[in-house]
Amino acid sequence: MNIVVLVKQVPDTWAERKLRDDDKTLDRDSVDAVVNEIDEYAVEEALLLKEAHGGEVTVVSMGPERAIETIRKALAMGVDKAVHLTDEALHGSCAPQTSLALAKVLGTLEYDLVICGSEAVDARVSAMGALLAERLGIPQLTGARKVEVDGTNVRIERLTDSGYEVVEASTPAVVSVVEKINEPRYPSFKGIMAAKKKPLTTLSIADAGIEPAEVGLANATSEVVEFTPRPPRQTGQMIKDEGDGGVKLAEYLASQKII
Amino acid sequence: MAEVLVLVEHADGTPKRVTYELLTAARRLGEPSAVVLGAPGTAAAVKDKLAEYGAEKVYVGESDDIDGYLVAPKAEVLATLAAKRPAAVLIASSAEGKEIAGRLAVKIGSGFLTDAVDLDEHGTATQSVFGGATVVRSRVKIGIPIVTLRPNSVEAVAQPGAGAEETIEVSISAAAKGARVVDRVIEDTGSRPDLTEASIVVSGGRGMGGPENFALVEKLADSLGAAVGASRAATDAGWYPHQSQVGQTGVTVSPQLYLAVGISGAIQHRAGMQTSKMIVAINKDAEAPIFELADFGVVGDLFQVVPQLTEEITKRKG
Repeated sequence: MNIVVLVKQVPDTWAERKLRDDDKTLDRDSVDAVVNEIDEYAVEEALLLKEAHGGEVTVVSMGPERAIETIRKALAMGVDKAVHLTDEALHGSCAPQTSLALAKVLGTLEYDLVICGSEAVDARVSAMGALLAERLGIPQLTGARKVEVDGTNVRIERLTDSGYEVVEASTPAVVSVVEKINEPRYPSFKGIMAAKKKPLTTLSIADAGIEPAEVGLANATSEVVEFTPRPPRQTGQMIKDEGDGGVKLAEYLASQKII
Repeated sequence: MAEVLVLVEHADGTPKRVTYELLTAARRLGEPSAVVLGAPGTAAAVKDKLAEYGAEKVYVGESDDIDGYLVAPKAEVLATLAAKRPAAVLIASSAEGKEIAGRLAVKIGSGFLTDAVDLDEHGTATQSVFGGATVVRSRVKIGIPIVTLRPNSVEAVAQPGAGAEETIEVSISAAAKGARVVDRVIEDTGSRPDLTEASIVVSGGRGMGGPENFALVEKLADSLGAAVGASRAATDAGWYPHQSQVGQTGVTVSPQLYLAVGISGAIQHRAGMQTSKMIVAINKDAEAPIFELADFGVVGDLFQVVPQLTEEITKRKG
């Protein structure tokens, strides 16, 4: 079973993230960058499936030059090879454009499953699995907390508001995972050293057959009109519990017509 | 006036409240047309309520294929309606809603925006990003604006509409039938409201100390008619189901009142609740960041404060 796993480099959630004043895109340079956390679970799931069913795992990432750090982490975890789509022209691409670019790269690879995280913590659009399934014309198995493969049949448990759905499809398919699915391994020292020797293909948009007009900020399907820091919330009232904290809180809720 | 498509969210034969919020928001942009998709018999139960909230038209697309396959059929039906060039398409910002929006966007060559907390008459959406630290106004530049709106963001206001029913032929392509839903399992949440839709949410975190103590949070929630949420620390520890996780990589809520119990308020958690109208926190650590957001904070032992609060609420509600 050959698997492509998608990873994204994102600004660290703990950093003070902001948009750029010049073009209103995410400022990726001024903050620490990390692997989008859920993507590590996607990598882990790909490795677990490979260990159970054989085959090869390829990591694909789209992003600026430094996204190589994220790719190296996936390789160090045990992924076999990597493709890095990087091009100035991709800067500011929206979700539909990103899915188009990734679909073009996927078109050059052989896979039974494409696995990604359910959400990237920077833009949180949370639909890349669905977008890719639509672009590639293959089944969408998203929001999985469990994945089972039996030959060419893939079965997932998809989280819903009130429980879960069991969803099945035949390969090839796109799977997105949530972070309760497994516990990602830490790269070993051996893994980190081996990662440096694993095959890495770097693609420009031209290499991937992507037209300049199909990607990038100027051609994006949506745009940020303006942004402002959230106005600070008014300082609230704080009390120390002196044995009547619960009653005081109930009084407050009553004064606010909540109860 | 231009038509605005609203995808109806429904469960157990009634529209979810977010549907009324979507219809209310749609009236700012044009004439709302509700789109009811589901198994045969779905529309009969919901269409009158849709007219009460301003639906001029109710498109009815009923087929077992809608519920039988994941996401793709709904996007496909909406794409056929989008051929009539509506002014916008509004969808609830649930996990499924965002995916429908995305697939529809690709199908019709439009842009889409997710998790809007407001929408103006030009279709410009307000979004809260970076864990709520930044407020962004965005718009779709290409094609028909497709926007998903976070529940509880817009106040639903009733306004009678004609509610003229129009049946649409549902013929789902083989490509959209790739992912078969073979089972739906409801994990018991008792009679509590949906987390994303509830007007009051009570959440427990690391301070709960163990799964057995979530009963305290549940009792408090029940006294308020609230939904129960949990922080990631609590769901990672297995104290409460993952479906209840509020925050980044979990559910985003925007209730009238958010009551955080034993939750420190890390940025990941704030990303999921910062747009709540009122925030109340109970925590033993006076330095916990959750107090920076709280309209009312109690520094104290939750095992003392919560039972007392529950008792007092029950007494007052008499």
